[in-house]
Amino acid sequence: MEALFATVTGFLAASGLYLSLRGRTFPVVVGLTLLSYAVNLFLFSTGGLTTNGAAVISDDASRYADPLPQALVLTAIVIGFAMTAFSVILAMRVRGDQGSDQVNDQRGEESKEEKS
Amino acid sequence: MSLPLIVLLPLLGSLIPLLGNNRQRNLNAWSTALLPAIALAIVLAHAPGVLAGEIYRFSLSWVPQLGLDLAFRLDGLTLLFLLLILGIGLLIILYARYYLSPEDSMPRFYSYLMLFMTSMIGIVMADNLLLLWVFWELTSLSSFLLIGFWHHQSEARRGARMALAVTGMGGLAMLAGFLLIGHIVGTYDMQTVLDSRDLIQADPRYLPALLLILLGAFTKSAQFPFHFWLPHAMAAPTPVSAFLHSATMVKAGVFLLARLHPALAGSQLWLYIVTLTGLVTMIYAAYFALLKYDLKGVMAFSTVSHLGLITMLFGLDSKLAVAAGLFHIINHATFKASLFMSVGIIDHETGTRDIRKLSGIRRYMPMTAVLAALAAASMAGVPLLNGFLSKEMMLTETLNTGILGGLAWLIPVLATLGSLLSVAYSLRYVRNVFFGPKATELPKAPHEAPFFMRLPMLILVALCVVIGLLPALTVTGLLQAAAEATITPPRPELHLAIWHGFNLPLLMSVIALAGGVGLYLARRNLFAFQRQFPQRNALMIFEVSVRRVLTATQVAIDKLENGSLQRYMLWLIVAVLFLTGSGLLDLDRLKGSQALQPLDGLLIVGAIITILAGLGTAILHRRRLVSLIMLSVVGLMVSLAFARFSAPDLALTQLAVEVVTVILLMLALFFLPQRTPKESSGGRIVRDVLLAAGFGGIVTSLNYALLTRPLDSISGYFLDNAVSGGGGHNVVNVILVDFRGFDTLGEITVLCIAAIGIYKLLNRLRLFMPSSDSEGRPWSKDLHPMLLATVSQSLLPLALLVSVFIFLRGHNEPGGGFIAGLVTAVALILLYIARGVDWAQTRLSFQYQPIAVVGVLIAALTGLGSWLFGHNFLTSAFGHFHIPFIGDIELATAMLFDLGVYLTVVGATLMILANLGKLTTPHRPSKENDKEAL
Repeated sequence: MEALFATVTGFLAASGLYLSLRGRTFPVVVGLTLLSYAVNLFLFSTGGLTTNGAAVISDDASRYADPLPQALVLTAIVIGFAMTAFSVILAMRVRGDQGSDQVNDQRGEESKEEKS
Repeated sequence: MSLPLIVLLPLLGSLIPLLGNNRQRNLNAWSTALLPAIALAIVLAHAPGVLAGEIYRFSLSWVPQLGLDLAFRLDGLTLLFLLLILGIGLLIILYARYYLSPEDSMPRFYSYLMLFMTSMIGIVMADNLLLLWVFWELTSLSSFLLIGFWHHQSEARRGARMALAVTGMGGLAMLAGFLLIGHIVGTYDMQTVLDSRDLIQADPRYLPALLLILLGAFTKSAQFPFHFWLPHAMAAPTPVSAFLHSATMVKAGVFLLARLHPALAGSQLWLYIVTLTGLVTMIYAAYFALLKYDLKGVMAFSTVSHLGLITMLFGLDSKLAVAAGLFHIINHATFKASLFMSVGIIDHETGTRDIRKLSGIRRYMPMTAVLAALAAASMAGVPLLNGFLSKEMMLTETLNTGILGGLAWLIPVLATLGSLLSVAYSLRYVRNVFFGPKATELPKAPHEAPFFMRLPMLILVALCVVIGLLPALTVTGLLQAAAEATITPPRPELHLAIWHGFNLPLLMSVIALAGGVGLYLARRNLFAFQRQFPQRNALMIFEVSVRRVLTATQVAIDKLENGSLQRYMLWLIVAVLFLTGSGLLDLDRLKGSQALQPLDGLLIVGAIITILAGLGTAILHRRRLVSLIMLSVVGLMVSLAFARFSAPDLALTQLAVEVVTVILLMLALFFLPQRTPKESSGGRIVRDVLLAAGFGGIVTSLNYALLTRPLDSISGYFLDNAVSGGGGHNVVNVILVDFRGFDTLGEITVLCIAAIGIYKLLNRLRLFMPSSDSEGRPWSKDLHPMLLATVSQSLLPLALLVSVFIFLRGHNEPGGGFIAGLVTAVALILLYIARGVDWAQTRLSFQYQPIAVVGVLIAALTGLGSWLFGHNFLTSAFGHFHIPFIGDIELATAMLFDLGVYLTVVGATLMILANLGKLTTPHRPSKENDKEAL
């Protein structure tokens, strides 16, 4: 089970990284989202993979899932959403102001071409 | 205690000139002089005590965490320097009154000068290493202002900049050295440091500390090879040069050598570095002083040379050498300040400082000529003047050193050579400027300077003569006191006398005097010899090298920071791969000791779906909508994974966030191109795939290694204390709102800031809106389908009810503010989608920005509230209550905090989505518009 979980995390991370290396804004945002899934899974797993653990404290519960990574990941999910939202809106703003959805600094390229 | 007053009075004094104006010159000068005069009086009042061997100390805690105290001391060394700084400073104030022209801003000049005087006093009085450094940097800054006083001149600006760069750099090095010393000794208190000589010198950090501190001292005192800034600082007004570059600023370096002498000196390292640096500087600068045509250039290089002499004396391994160095500090200050003043007078009255144009000036200004000749004679070391006494002491001590072993005779020979050069340039100054035929082509008709301009010179030259004639009556006591502060016991007895009988030093003096005259007479050969070398200007070299560094950095920046985000990302990833990869190499084996858990079919299917969806997102990324759908599949699978591994809170949160994220990305996609053009080259794709594969491999290995190793977590504490300490059974929620409430407060603040940032980004954004999808099919004209509208409206109250339920039970069952907020947000967004922004906006007549902000405020105020009860920030209190139909719930202050979280999440999410949605409303094809068109 551990190997399977780790493989999934690795594949998600690889796909996310590949996308975030693309040259257009939208794939990069999607890639970052994917990467944040992978990171969340990874962080979550630092508490161990607990099957049928109790989430709430009660007298008859035998074992609990580790609550600390859960709390960390919970806020990470929400912050990840804020980051995704901010970057995608930034991408829209760039497209509105510069007419392009390319990631790289186009103005720099142009001015370099002018120089040469 | 009146010690702080000595520093404070001149500091206040820097404000007084600013009250006056440029016309009342006498009033301005006298009022400026008043406060330093009082400070001098205070110093003199302490003088008898200090001479009797007492050390006055004052200390006030300033930043105790850093070990920085406002501590001052007044011992013999400090007294010597205070008399120089305040005494010569007062004379300079008087001199500057006549030197400055009506166009120069006198208030500004005096203000800078007093600021400089304050920082200089601070250096010599500081009883704490860090405080000393603070004042040290202040001298660099205020001397920058003074050197650049004529800021309309490019020379002055550049000279000031160079001085600041060199001395500022040295100051930083010195700070590093002080910090090392502080670490060795454990305190920055001066007395403790001075008493810890053995501790410091036994420590391996002694070497770097010594080198760094010497770097500071040598740059400040213009020692070779850092001497080059001083000649260019001569662009300053002459009173500044007379004060800074003879008596004070450049003496700060040698002061530091003297001050830290008890702690740092005595090692072979100190002996060689300090002695040889001083010796080289003395000869090198003396040679160039002989060659300069600008009178201030001559003075600058001779100053460097004499500073070298003092440095050498502080380096030598004999205690009398240190006393000789202290003595020469006094003598050099008196004769060099008066020489600078004479140059200033010549410049002022004739309009030039070029030694080739000046000649026979004594006929115009006989008084100045006599004074300058006496001061120059003192510099040359002519008997009966004070310069002779310290030079004689210096020559004696060079004979007694054991440095260089069998080559020890080199030191006295070179010292004699330095004295010889000193005689030659002193003679050249007096002979060429004041004697000879009357100069004809002078810019101004020269005449004698006003009496009060000559008075400071007169006083200083009188001191040269009196000290020279009666050393025992005048300076012996002061010198003895200063030596006591500098030299470790047993201290030698000082015998200052003009006549020590016929001995070797006297012979060396005679050789220097005769040789100097001979060299002066044969100087044409020397000039001819020097002409074969190319002229090099230190300022040019300095600026060219600074420019080279700038160009090199610019090239490096352009290469690294070329505007390509892909490139930056690449660097980042490669760094991560390298760092984590190398960490993995250190493991013995990947799999840890923990037993593996069994697999089941459901897990395998789930994993395959997740992997395929993840790969699909990447592979199909050019068809953006498809990619987005794949992404949402991954999100759902992640949510299921959380549910499978006993994290219901996470599963709920992930589910709700997933919905919001996909809606957001769909909306954004509407404004962005639907497809990504094919741009990446084959090579680029291979590179990225390899990188991604490497990254994925490392993540997998890391995760596997982590999962198969036994875990020692701090979570037990939270599980044990959640009920008793936080009053809740849902540990995740208790951690969020109680144990780690401060983190959560930070997090909702970030969320709120992100939402506000998005709100501003969307402001006045105009975007192209396609009227059809990427296949060319027009959008559906049925904007608000009946079914969706009906369902969403009936769902809304239900969803709100659910969110209230989730919120209330959150402390004890899965749920809480985050999840409840997301559920509410999703329900409201559904309403927006179903009925349009306009419809929803008119009915939900409230702004979302205040909601988010109020949420953060509630959370923060809840935290502050615990202060009222004398607890720490965000301490919670709770109690159990029974509410009919809902059951037993707890009302904890954490609940109030959670309410803040809830409001922030709702406000922020809707602020983002509702505002983005608003963009779509104008100019949409709709049934009504079509009808109108028809």
